[in-house]
Amino acid sequence: MTTTSLTKSRGAGRAGDKVFSGATLAAGCLILAVLFGVALFLVVQAFPALVASPDKIQGGQGFFAYIWPIVVGTLIAAVIALAIATPVAIGVALFISHFAPRGLASGLGYVIDLLAAIPSVVYGAWGAAFLAKEISPLYNWLADNMGWVPLFQGPASATGKTILTAGIVLAVMVLPIITSLTREIFLQTPKLHEEAALALGATRWEMIRMAVLPFGRAGIVSAVMLGLGRALGETMAVALVLSSGALTASLIQSGNQTIAAEIALNFPEASGLKVSTLIAAGLVLFVITLGVNMIARWIITRHKEFSGAN
Amino acid sequence: MSKRIDVKDLNVYYSKFLAVEDVNINIDPKSVTAFIGPSGCGKSTFLRTLNRMHEVIPGARVEGEVLLDGDNLYGPGVDPVTVRSQIGMVFQRPNPFPTMSIRDNVLAGVKLNNHKISKGEADALVERSLRGANLWNEVKDRLAKPGSGLSGGQQQRLCIARAIAVEPQVILMDEPCSALDPISTLAIEDLINDLKDQYTVVIVTHNMQQAARVSDKTAFFNIAGTGKPGKLIEYGETHTIFSNPSVKATEDYVSGRFG
Amino acid sequence: MTSTLTPVRKRSALTKGQLPKAAPYIVLALALIIGAAILALIGFNAFGWGIVAAILFTVGLVGWSAAVEGSRKAKDKLATCLVVGAFLIALLPLISVIWTVLVKGLPGLLDPGFLGTSMNGVTGAFDNKSVEQGAPVMGGIYHALVGTVQITLLATVISVPVGLLTAIYLVEYGEDRALSRAITFFVDVMTGIPSIVAGLFAAAFFLAVVGPGTKTGAVAAVALSVLMIPVVVRSSEEMLKIVPNELREAAYALGVRKWRTILKVVIPTAISGIASGVTLAIARVIGETAPILVTAGFATTINNNVFGGWMASLPTFIYTQILNPTSPSNPGPSDQRAWGAALVLIILVMLLNLGARLVARIFAPKAGR
Repeated sequence: MTTTSLTKSRGAGRAGDKVFSGATLAAGCLILAVLFGVALFLVVQAFPALVASPDKIQGGQGFFAYIWPIVVGTLIAAVIALAIATPVAIGVALFISHFAPRGLASGLGYVIDLLAAIPSVVYGAWGAAFLAKEISPLYNWLADNMGWVPLFQGPASATGKTILTAGIVLAVMVLPIITSLTREIFLQTPKLHEEAALALGATRWEMIRMAVLPFGRAGIVSAVMLGLGRALGETMAVALVLSSGALTASLIQSGNQTIAAEIALNFPEASGLKVSTLIAAGLVLFVITLGVNMIARWIITRHKEFSGAN
Repeated sequence: MSKRIDVKDLNVYYSKFLAVEDVNINIDPKSVTAFIGPSGCGKSTFLRTLNRMHEVIPGARVEGEVLLDGDNLYGPGVDPVTVRSQIGMVFQRPNPFPTMSIRDNVLAGVKLNNHKISKGEADALVERSLRGANLWNEVKDRLAKPGSGLSGGQQQRLCIARAIAVEPQVILMDEPCSALDPISTLAIEDLINDLKDQYTVVIVTHNMQQAARVSDKTAFFNIAGTGKPGKLIEYGETHTIFSNPSVKATEDYVSGRFG
Repeated sequence: MTSTLTPVRKRSALTKGQLPKAAPYIVLALALIIGAAILALIGFNAFGWGIVAAILFTVGLVGWSAAVEGSRKAKDKLATCLVVGAFLIALLPLISVIWTVLVKGLPGLLDPGFLGTSMNGVTGAFDNKSVEQGAPVMGGIYHALVGTVQITLLATVISVPVGLLTAIYLVEYGEDRALSRAITFFVDVMTGIPSIVAGLFAAAFFLAVVGPGTKTGAVAAVALSVLMIPVVVRSSEEMLKIVPNELREAAYALGVRKWRTILKVVIPTAISGIASGVTLAIARVIGETAPILVTAGFATTINNNVFGGWMASLPTFIYTQILNPTSPSNPGPSDQRAWGAALVLIILVMLLNLGARLVARIFAPKAGR
């Protein structure tokens, strides 16, 4: 190789390129390692609880008997939260994207984002101190008048600290998530579709039904799924609001428990096999939320390919 | 201060797609060479291979040789960074660094490479480069202001000053006037005329009058159809290409019969 | 609502069969009056009045519209009412939470020494005394503030380099490789990890590596990093992506190396967005309770060493003061402290959010002429 004016390069700079790109690659791999580590360490530490003899686990009937009521409790709370939050969130998103005056829209969006900024423990404190107290007359009314429905079977909790209250607090917490995601999607609706609908003489609502909602359907579903993931894993709202107990069908009695709250309430004082049991519970929660989130992401990716808006 | 470029049997690929096929061209030092041709004929792609800027695009690669005064740009052990510091480039749209002042923009090539330079030397280099780009008188009172505050034509001349501040042998220009108004275009064309006293200048342009006005030699590129590779059709003295081309396609193009 | 879209000057063929412009206001006034009357019969309260009036307004306006304008316009009016109603409903908890925290938190915050003292030595006896004899409420949140600042700072120190470098990899080096697609996917997945699981991970990790009972501020910082890194990656990635490619090419064409281009051109151009993204990420983790609960324990004393010993933080302070009052027989003082801490925490988070916006504006590249 002959030395030319082009080959006498400065070696230091070249090494800098290698070091820097290596560092960025290492950081990326570290993230994968951390996620893998989350799964691995949870499994390792949970293992003793999964193989321990049933009588040593809390409740004395093995891990499965311990975990399934709180899995069901988690699902109940999340379903309540979504049932309340989804319609409201879609309404708010539509209001900001298509109903509010242009100048106000971004400011209103910021107000809704403020809901997301409030720490979960503050929501929990609010739910326990304010909402539970204010809402208990409603529970009494439900128990008196709708008690024949198993969901509203009396006697209603005197403190109002029930799974329904926890679900309402959760709904407030997932509302901004669903709102901001659906708002983004509504804003992406092709203007041409909207104008085509309006040009046919459609009212604003007909335009939304013809152009906006069909376009955003996949996005709404995935936004709700992401909200579900958040509702399943939220701890404080339930730990502070719910006075927990055995699994019951009634939403207005105290009782039920969620995985996250169970861990938060018991982990600080736990030792030995109890620690493993709680970590195993965390593992179950991790798997459930991972599944929900992956489905949501999958819907988003598939939607991106088909939307044609990009 | 100025070197010749000889291209031998150059093919350019985007992954598997052959974009430019079999180019042979000899570019003289201290001259202005214009590349003309219809959109998509590969003239900009080819220009980028002259300072290895095509490597920024994922999948782009070349076969063949590009010799800078006899040294192959694609020889073993050649660092593209060294190539680019000898062969500068000016782009279609003016792109001064928005975070830097006018002065720092001119010094960008020096400072970003972390070369030590005294304040006196830096001041001299800034003035020399800006004068070289015919911009000194317009900006000498506001060197500390952001470069993005200048007009489009001034920004483009700032980019040229930035390119000549690294003291290259060759300056490549990729449609430098396509985003500018006629007055700014005239200023750049005057500047190109001055630059050839010191540098080898290669310019890609869509504007045939511009090619006729500024260049000594002209190369015409064309494609046979979509999906086919671009080829160098004809290369010669500018007045020959425009008045008496030897290939029919060149004549059709320069007389405006297509493209 | 729709009447604002079609200004009515005089009756013409185009405005025939429409409700008058003032229709919504007339119906609103009637709804408020009738609502008040109904509530007066069954016991008045403002919340119920609002609900009843809203329902009456919707029914009234939609009914009138159906009679005059036909069912299509009526449906449109119904949808408008529902959507606006949804927005108002969403505002209720926001206003209620902020109001509750202000009302309950101000007495605690204004208590002298609240910000400057810890809970060291504050026992139930003091609380009983303050309830029974009116003595001032003792104790404060200094130890929790110290803990929150240290834990959050350490989490930031871990997360920002990792997150920013990963974002650089994805934008500058990834080139749609399988690895970069995998990282993007798993970062998305990571944003969905429940915070308590992140805490359990850090706890399980240190349990395996250091030994049982390892609870320090550093463990909590690791847990918070797991939550913070994906947020930093996503926001930095977005910001790096919008840096025009032309600037990178300009630098390369000057013979500048890629890593220097990234450090000296790309990042300075995107720094405002990156900084505001980091600030928002801090705002998000500073209020996390569950991961700290399972990793740092509770402390009532000031601990300045983030690597050793239990550590308090504002969110866990709120949580324990509410759930396990210092004096179980008189929870009042604990409640007051908890709400005071909640007010401080909300102020911190709001300041961080505001700061993020200011940072974005201050560092933005100036285009001054």
